[in-house]
Amino acid sequence: MMGISVGIAAVGGGILVILLIASIIGAILARTARSERGRATVANLNARVRAWWLMCIVVFAAVIAGPTTTTILFALLSFLALREFITLTPTRRSDHHTLFWAFFVVVPLQYWFVAMPWFGMLSIFIPVWVFLFVSIRGTLSGDHRDYLERTAKIQWGLMICVYCVSHIPALLSLEIPGYAGRNAELVLFLVAVAQLSDVFQYVWGKLLGRRKIAPHLSPNKTWEGFIGGVATATGVGAALWWMTPFTPTVAAGMALGITLMGFAGGIVMSAIKRDAGVKDFGATIAGHGGILDRIDSLCFSAPVLFHLVRFYYTP
Amino acid sequence: MIASLIRLVTGAQARWIGCIPEARQRIYFANHASNLDGPTIWASLPDALRARTRPIAARDYWDAGPLRRRLAKDVFHAVLISRAKITAENNPMRDMEAALAEGASLILFPEGTRTVDDDAGMNPFKPGLWHLAKRHPEVQLVPVHLENLNRILPKGEILLVPLLAAVTFGEPIALGEAEDKQAFLERARAAVAALSAAADA
Repeated sequence: MMGISVGIAAVGGGILVILLIASIIGAILARTARSERGRATVANLNARVRAWWLMCIVVFAAVIAGPTTTTILFALLSFLALREFITLTPTRRSDHHTLFWAFFVVVPLQYWFVAMPWFGMLSIFIPVWVFLFVSIRGTLSGDHRDYLERTAKIQWGLMICVYCVSHIPALLSLEIPGYAGRNAELVLFLVAVAQLSDVFQYVWGKLLGRRKIAPHLSPNKTWEGFIGGVATATGVGAALWWMTPFTPTVAAGMALGITLMGFAGGIVMSAIKRDAGVKDFGATIAGHGGILDRIDSLCFSAPVLFHLVRFYYTP
Repeated sequence: MIASLIRLVTGAQARWIGCIPEARQRIYFANHASNLDGPTIWASLPDALRARTRPIAARDYWDAGPLRRRLAKDVFHAVLISRAKITAENNPMRDMEAALAEGASLILFPEGTRTVDDDAGMNPFKPGLWHLAKRHPEVQLVPVHLENLNRILPKGEILLVPLLAAVTFGEPIALGEAEDKQAFLERARAAVAALSAAADA
């Protein structure tokens, strides 16, 4: 139904060029790196670039294939992210049935509401209905040990991995006057700005990083990386205004919001990982840690962008 | 194909930290918390080794119903043993030794049954492993630790929760010259338990 619009083609072309350049630089560095540490860094960089290729191809294929495919793709991502999240958070045997509901009922239902689309329900299903359900189901097992902690872990896993992520495909259903049929470009705008912000923060941090922002939570994050990354990604967002329903100034503001929320998402996820005693959520994508490590910045920015657009841009 | 399916469902990742996957005769012994334990270790072995490795499994579970029987016999090539009273013609050791004599490697759960409690450690090991070690000194004994399978399919449940499992293969142990049964079984159990901490590191 969507097909390839000019905006999607342009962004796709841009990302293709960036990835090609990254692959070429990676190949050159792999030949020239001498020291042991240099080699390790380059190997890690190249693994990241390969994972980027894979993720970009999958996301573009889904966006081009249409809203239904995109929604299914994100439902799958939610499922896998939840799997990583719950694996790392200790639950008890008595949570088994609640977890079964979470994976096989909550995830499909939430994405069903997204596909319909039923905005009222997708906004409250998990925070109201599922929050209550999880707490009730948890009591049925009769196990009261760590009750509040166990319940909160499952509720937060669903909140981050399912509720937040589902707002990305939900953007496809917003009826924005004068923007009909182009919503996929808004999804690409969000994904591109959030992910580029991660990349720019990594690059600026590697180049200039000195002062650590949160040494206890995320030792690799520095003020230099943060400011450089946010500024660059905001600039890129403003430059991409033509693919959004926004003016260039609003696009810059939205991009700033996306990058700040993305940064906050990364810090929150680091806190959760530190609490569980691990560095990465899994090893599903080579070089990237888990899926959750990749989409943590999207988790927090997607609902914010969704509600801002819904509030200000839909009748 | 079944092996890929099991790896997909359990997300099992094999970690060889104490030995490498080698084509030699071995007994893999592991902690036991789920009916998926045997199939998961079996599925996490490389193809060439998997074809020559047989899980030891309880007859009362795997011989009940045509699907389980079919899986146990034709897919996992399990050695089914009886957990009921042991008699001369119904001795589980005989079937295990017959499989070893054919050159197969074995997957064994020396606890004998699945652990249920979240907080309790492993059950004490039964003496079968010691008998096998004594009579077949040429077979390498590899401790294996399974993580999270008790959360994927705990005892008494039929609903799967698709979490990520981990399979850790440790350093082989051998029966000492004058080591008595109890000491050896305790050492074997400790070797599996130690991998739990190693897996977390």
